[in-house]
Amino acid sequence: MAEANARPEDQPTRRDEQPAEAGDGTAAQPAARSGDRSGARSGDRPARLEVHDVAKSFGAVAAVQGVSFPLYPGEAHALVGENGAGKSTIVKMLAGVHRPDTGTLRVDGVDVDFGGPGDAKAAGIAVIYQEPTLFPDLSVAENIAMGNQPLTKLRQLDRKAMNANAERLFRRLGVPLDPARPARGLSIADQQLVEIAKALSSEARVLIMDEPTAALSAVEVERLFSVVRSLRDEGAAIMFISHRFEEITALCERVTIMRDGKHVATELVADLSVDDMIRRMVGRDLSALFPKQDVDPGEVVLEVEGLSREGVFKDISFSVRSGEIVALAGLVGAGRSEVMQAVFGVDPYDTGTVKLHGRRLKKGSPRAAMAAGMALVPEDRRQQGLVMELSIERNVTLPRARKLARLGLLFGGSERAHAHTWTQKLQTKLGRLSDAVGTLSGGNQQKVVLAKWLATGPKLLIVDEPTRGIDVGTKAEVHRLMSSLAADGLAVVMVSSELPEVLGMADRVVVLREGRVAARLERAEATEESVMYAAMGQEVAA
Amino acid sequence: MSDRVATLRSRLTSWDSIIVVLTVLVLVVASFSVDNFGTSRNFTFMVLDLLPIILIALPMTMIIVTGEIDLSVASTLGLTSSMMGWLWNQGLSIESIIPLCIVIGAVCGVVNGFLITGLGLPSLAVTIGTLALYRGLAFVVLGDGAVADFPFDYTGWVTGTIGGGAVPNVLILIVALALIFGIVQHATPFGRSLYAIGANAQAAHFSGIRVARTKFWLYVVSGAVAGLVGVLWTLRYASARADNGAGLELAVVAAVLLGGVSIFGGKGSLPGVLAGVVLLTALQNALRLEDVSGQALNIVTGTLLVLSVLLPNVTTAVRGNWQRRKLRQAAATR
Repeated sequence: MAEANARPEDQPTRRDEQPAEAGDGTAAQPAARSGDRSGARSGDRPARLEVHDVAKSFGAVAAVQGVSFPLYPGEAHALVGENGAGKSTIVKMLAGVHRPDTGTLRVDGVDVDFGGPGDAKAAGIAVIYQEPTLFPDLSVAENIAMGNQPLTKLRQLDRKAMNANAERLFRRLGVPLDPARPARGLSIADQQLVEIAKALSSEARVLIMDEPTAALSAVEVERLFSVVRSLRDEGAAIMFISHRFEEITALCERVTIMRDGKHVATELVADLSVDDMIRRMVGRDLSALFPKQDVDPGEVVLEVEGLSREGVFKDISFSVRSGEIVALAGLVGAGRSEVMQAVFGVDPYDTGTVKLHGRRLKKGSPRAAMAAGMALVPEDRRQQGLVMELSIERNVTLPRARKLARLGLLFGGSERAHAHTWTQKLQTKLGRLSDAVGTLSGGNQQKVVLAKWLATGPKLLIVDEPTRGIDVGTKAEVHRLMSSLAADGLAVVMVSSELPEVLGMADRVVVLREGRVAARLERAEATEESVMYAAMGQEVAA
Repeated sequence: MSDRVATLRSRLTSWDSIIVVLTVLVLVVASFSVDNFGTSRNFTFMVLDLLPIILIALPMTMIIVTGEIDLSVASTLGLTSSMMGWLWNQGLSIESIIPLCIVIGAVCGVVNGFLITGLGLPSLAVTIGTLALYRGLAFVVLGDGAVADFPFDYTGWVTGTIGGGAVPNVLILIVALALIFGIVQHATPFGRSLYAIGANAQAAHFSGIRVARTKFWLYVVSGAVAGLVGVLWTLRYASARADNGAGLELAVVAAVLLGGVSIFGGKGSLPGVLAGVVLLTALQNALRLEDVSGQALNIVTGTLLVLSVLLPNVTTAVRGNWQRRKLRQAAATR
């Protein structure tokens, strides 16, 4: 993991750097950037939105420093970077959630100062988040009209006009949604389309999409992209944030790359290979993304036999040896997380047994599981993994507090030293240990969760989606860490929805489908096709 | 180094410290400007006045830190007071009545704890219910009457001072219990888990903390302390009555919130709460010595409570603004 601090000799040049300006009074004309290839396509038009030399700090952490880039009408612009590179902070500033400490935002060449999300909306900026925020009990049409509902002459809500408006928007987007149905029960993909329709109804001219595809299937992504493309062709400026490079190449014309809160480059996507982008994001070459070392598996650590829970999973059996990584694969909703949460004891189960080192574990007791040497890095970092309001220190020491106490008492030093040791081991980037863990970036939060559990000295480590929403750099670090832990004799169970991760990391793959074991595959048998076939059943025989 | 300075600065500007400073200020100003405030006799009265609030506030602070509440404490106090009178009339010795009363309080807490953690009912609703229930039971036990003939050895001890000097006997009890609760809350794994539960119960559960069990025991302790206070209250006034301590729960919750504990859980410290209790009692005592009417006292208490919720928000907003301006200036001169 030493490479994490290494910097490449060839620092990427800031080709698209804004020319220094005499003062804030002069209107920024991006067209003035002569000889800049990246501006060639759009250089003859003024920017719809311009981010100019903005900076934002949270406490001691500088989230964004001196970032500038323009967004042109009729263009889809990707914003990429590792977790903690400052992308979300940029989005929040554009959405009016945060105010830049320094620097300016310009809409159509005019400086703007957003006092809140309402101001950003009024300026024509709409943001679509990874998880849409609809009112579940209101109808789709009412959600779209939220904030500027049409009224009848008697000052009643005009549902007819609302539905007609929603209908028109859906036709324009080419999606078959019923405006009168409640938002509850819509898929995430459909919810996002409703959000887009909402943005259109408020005549947004800038559409910012923060990892919209994270929870979508391939078909849904394609539908979303065709909608976004048609909006772009109608002259909207699109900013698209994603960790998936194939989506960036498919959708975007230009890309802005950020690293450690700083602007690295803004270039035409066509001019960059995926490797180029990754190298600039992480500042180094990533040779092996999934470096699971071969290890001779040792004794059996975990034995799960006939585990069942009414309506959730049925008759699940598998075992894990020390030094082994066993992946639980399957579609979302196949019951993978539920099985592992039952094994760890945070959820109950009806029948079956869980044995660790041959000894049967007490049902439904995380404390017993921990005492026996089990650790679970859960799927949902914000709700299950960490207490966001508490300090980094308190989070790391939480499962360990009883061991750190002397005569039942805890006095400052031991907790701090413990937290310091383990956050350092995992190379967590942080300001102070007393800062709330919520102030860290996603990748660093995940490192805190790992630190918290590795510090308990587990014999069996369960990781549930260990790299979800994490940038490539941290992802490689996590993979390398898991591999070296396994090499040291740890038994690992990994729940993952990412096939390359499953295939690269796992010694064996257990595929679940609808709460049952659909297949058990050795490393040699596990291919993209064999895992997906098992996960989906007969449907993808072709 | 700058790390330590920053930590120190944030600690000094936190509400806990502000309230401690404010309390000391009120005490100093009052002893100079209010006649009789600084006398040892008045000091004894003040300690006796804050005794019930401060003792019940100790477990209440923990309960509110976990994001729950216990509004039945004053009724538990009333019920134990009634039981104490009834048991005395039955001819039991005072030495056996006192521990029995504490157990009765604990049983009240067991009922609360079972309804809240066993059946998963909301604590606000449950303890409003038992607030009425326990008070009702208190009247069933003793009716409108009073029992007053408790032995002077005990009633005298509660109102007396150490060796007839300036330090009230009950102050020892307050200091001892406050120390125990303070250490448990701020320097034990159990105390750490309270904050985790209050801020995110699910994450606490995933970390191996027994959330329901922890809360259950807090209610039992809260009931037991309320029972103890019921005994002390009865002895202080030498009168067991069903309506003893009515409305006290609001004074306790007010003091806890004034001390900087968040009603949403996860935040707050015991020193802040102790200061909150002392501030409220000292202020009321001083104003009463100045012949301010009861209604005016309520106005002062209410205003203080609103300010305690309002001020921390204002200070963070001001601090944020100030930081932004500094950064802007630094950028302008760059």
